[in-house]
Amino acid sequence: MKKLTSALLASAVFCTPLMADPVEDTLILNEEITMVTRTAAPAHVSDVLDEVISGWHFRGTETRAMQADDFDNPGMIFVEQAEEVWNTADGSEGKSCSSCHEGTDSMKGVRAVYPKWNEAAGEVRTLEMQVNDCRENRMGAEKWKYTGGDMTNMVALISSVSRGMPVDVAITGPAQSMWEQGKELYYTRTGQLELACASCHEDNYGNMIRADHLSQGQINGFPTYRLKNTKLNSVHARFKGCVRDTRAETFKPGSPEFVALELYVASRGNGLSVEGPSIRN
Amino acid sequence: MAKGVKPRVKVPKTAAAGDTITIKTLISHKMESGQRKDDDGNVIPRSIINRFTCDFNGENVIDVTLEPAISTNPYFEFEAKVPEAGEFKFTWYDDDGSVYDTAKKIAIG
Repeated sequence: MKKLTSALLASAVFCTPLMADPVEDTLILNEEITMVTRTAAPAHVSDVLDEVISGWHFRGTETRAMQADDFDNPGMIFVEQAEEVWNTADGSEGKSCSSCHEGTDSMKGVRAVYPKWNEAAGEVRTLEMQVNDCRENRMGAEKWKYTGGDMTNMVALISSVSRGMPVDVAITGPAQSMWEQGKELYYTRTGQLELACASCHEDNYGNMIRADHLSQGQINGFPTYRLKNTKLNSVHARFKGCVRDTRAETFKPGSPEFVALELYVASRGNGLSVEGPSIRN
Repeated sequence: MAKGVKPRVKVPKTAAAGDTITIKTLISHKMESGQRKDDDGNVIPRSIINRFTCDFNGENVIDVTLEPAISTNPYFEFEAKVPEAGEFKFTWYDDDGSVYDTAKKIAIG
């Protein structure tokens, strides 16, 4: 009897499907743009990763299919909402985004290079910071909340016109010290669980964390529409969620720490296509 | 009056005569069920799309009754046979009496 049980156990172990690997698939957007969703790791992470892989490969068949067509992508509803805002004047100057930037096509390529060093301000800026700078200083309008709906939708709109272009954030020159700071944060264990970003997304990507499939934590797909909360989610909101899950006090969205971390994490995905708004769990 | 209602439809531009095509529709609508209460405990009145229809050259293709349990931004995907060139007409009926419609032409080729 004991023999039989162990035989059964053994077969159960061997029958367990291997779900760990990222799925082999190609993302073709709207039957037009072939996206780069896996590519050789950029030089500065090649000592720890051979290949950088978009989170798209770690999601289920239906979720992956949803992202391949703009009509099926619920994130595009929010992009459309932002398009209206783009053309609506706000603030004391009576200007809208389109007053200076004209069509949204003028934003092509912008998402791919942010966060970016701003010479005039002498700081590394995220897209969100740039949007709020425009609102405050050009439009005379109220700042948006860093991870609020208006802001995230606008970032998604700006991102959507760059889809298919490779992420290419600069990490040398004046941005380097910020990048180093971000790198240090990435490898620093936090919280009661003592987890660093790298504990999950570098050492264990592809493995299951309970029912969820761990990705490399690339942010080329942000803002991302999450099926769990049916809205667009910004990078810093995701960072906050991750840090919270290590049971630590988190940094604030928009804080210098998260800006540094965003710069570093974005640079790990240099070469992957901009996907935002993507769809994830 | 529901705000921000916007119908979206995806129909192929051409099809072979007699072909079956896939049509996708989505209308952005909050679909307030009438079951929820606001912060003061008052019932938020029901406001949903209660009917959706699609006609091809005057002939009905699909006629759907929607119920309050249907989520925000109702999405319909269905198939239709295209015997000839013509126009698909889509109509959504709101609880508040508003009617939203849109149309898409399809050619044979």
